[in-house]
Amino acid sequence: MTTVTGARHGVAFWLQLGFTLLVCMLLVAPMLLSLLAGVTENYLVGIESGLTTRWIAEVLRGYSDTILLSLQVALACLAATLVLGVPVAYVLARRGNWLTRLFEELLTMPIAVPGLATALALIITYGGVGEFRRSWLFILVGHVLFTLPFMVRSVLAVMSAVDLRTLEEGAASLGAGFARRFFTIVLPNSLPGILSGSLMVVTLSIGEFNLTWLLHTPLTKTLPVGLADSYASLRIEIGSAYTLIFFVMVIPLLLLLQALARFGQPPR
Amino acid sequence: MIQSGIGSRVLALALVAPAVAVFGAFFLLPLARLFVVGLSGPEGWRTYAAVLVEPRYLESLVSTMLLAAAVTAVTLAIAGTSGLFLARNRFPGRALLVALLTFPLVFPGVVIGFMVIMLAGRQGLIGTLSEQVAGQRIVFAYSMAGLFLGYVYFSIPRVLLTVMAAAEKLDPQQAEAARALGARPWQVLVHVVLPALKPALLSAGAICFATAMGAFGTAFTLATRIDVLPMVIYTEFTLQANIAMAAALSFVLGIVTWLALSLARSLAGTSVAAAA
Repeated sequence: MTTVTGARHGVAFWLQLGFTLLVCMLLVAPMLLSLLAGVTENYLVGIESGLTTRWIAEVLRGYSDTILLSLQVALACLAATLVLGVPVAYVLARRGNWLTRLFEELLTMPIAVPGLATALALIITYGGVGEFRRSWLFILVGHVLFTLPFMVRSVLAVMSAVDLRTLEEGAASLGAGFARRFFTIVLPNSLPGILSGSLMVVTLSIGEFNLTWLLHTPLTKTLPVGLADSYASLRIEIGSAYTLIFFVMVIPLLLLLQALARFGQPPR
Repeated sequence: MIQSGIGSRVLALALVAPAVAVFGAFFLLPLARLFVVGLSGPEGWRTYAAVLVEPRYLESLVSTMLLAAAVTAVTLAIAGTSGLFLARNRFPGRALLVALLTFPLVFPGVVIGFMVIMLAGRQGLIGTLSEQVAGQRIVFAYSMAGLFLGYVYFSIPRVLLTVMAAAEKLDPQQAEAARALGARPWQVLVHVVLPALKPALLSAGAICFATAMGAFGTAFTLATRIDVLPMVIYTEFTLQANIAMAAALSFVLGIVTWLALSLARSLAGTSVAAAA
């Protein structure tokens, strides 16, 4: 398309650029304000009141357990989606029939069905199993349901792009059994998909709230649950400092994901 | 071997078995239970009818759908314009701009709600600016308008990325041909570019609609007084302890969002749901 670089831009270009910059400001301004509020002594007074790290320290003192639990759930969720999802993606890539397509369709349902409904269904079914209901595994189950389709999609996209069949037939003709082919050919060739799927799963799990709010108990609070608490009951500086910690955890993952996507693209 | 024969079928089955078991036990079975519990109240099947008959629930269903439709229309217009622009032009700083525009993609609803408070809340940017300019503090975060702002905020990155990806795959020769035949820029847009982007716009719009229907965190952060369907479900479940009604409402909500995505997918002819 019109790949104009240099000075010959028309009015339409500048109008659209202005509009896009405006949209960008709308998105970024509250993030910056919240970062600022998290390190400001008194947000109502403004930056003149001085900069401080005491709000961050206060959050780390009061809420570090939520941060740790979120990391724990995210890593466990990653392990579960890898073990469950990569084999599924492999079967979907190699065998396309009505049954696998139906399963693929069903598997994406937890994205379409609101988290609140899924959480309610889980509570109705397993809420009576006290031990399970009270443990962090209850939250993990919800997160696995929600993130599994992202892992499968991401791995499947890469597996469909490389010619697994030819590679595997070559290896099989040289006498490699299934396990050997899977671990030395299928997995290495799918690595970009596994990597971006993993980043996606961890990022989504750390931020998941719709399911988690109903699934959590006072002893199993994740980071977003703690965030909701702090927004509702604590001063804006503490909520902001808490949000700042969340940004620091999540935005590097997102940037990595984007870099990976660019790296995987053919040069233009 | 996976190529052919009984052996490969058994192997394929063994590979998907764990996922099928987990998915069946923790999603399909609970969903079926949810449906049954919706029937188990004192009203029986009328609990489901109440969703469409009782004004309180119907109003909330309708206002949630209207909100979702408005969010979808506005987001498609905003992100469609910017996405098309970013896909068709190269300029210094473009990569940074795209990165900034996609940050909210991974924010949970509660954080989106907090962003709305930062913009339009009591100590928000819009209030401060309007006070300086017009002498009056404009505060609208804790209402349907705040929720609308939040959902547009959240949806812009996703629609933007979908539109950009689709626009970069367009065949530039079609637009060239239209121009060579004397079409004006807006004619190229309306007759060539937009029809080619239709599948992407449909699928992005459907995701946008479904998310706005079912999201909970943003409304939860802004106010418990906003009567969107997820908030009504939450209130029925926690405060009224009306589990049958909460189950019936959740089931209907799930059906609506799932239908929206399925419909868009069949119209667009591509896989939609996980286009993150």
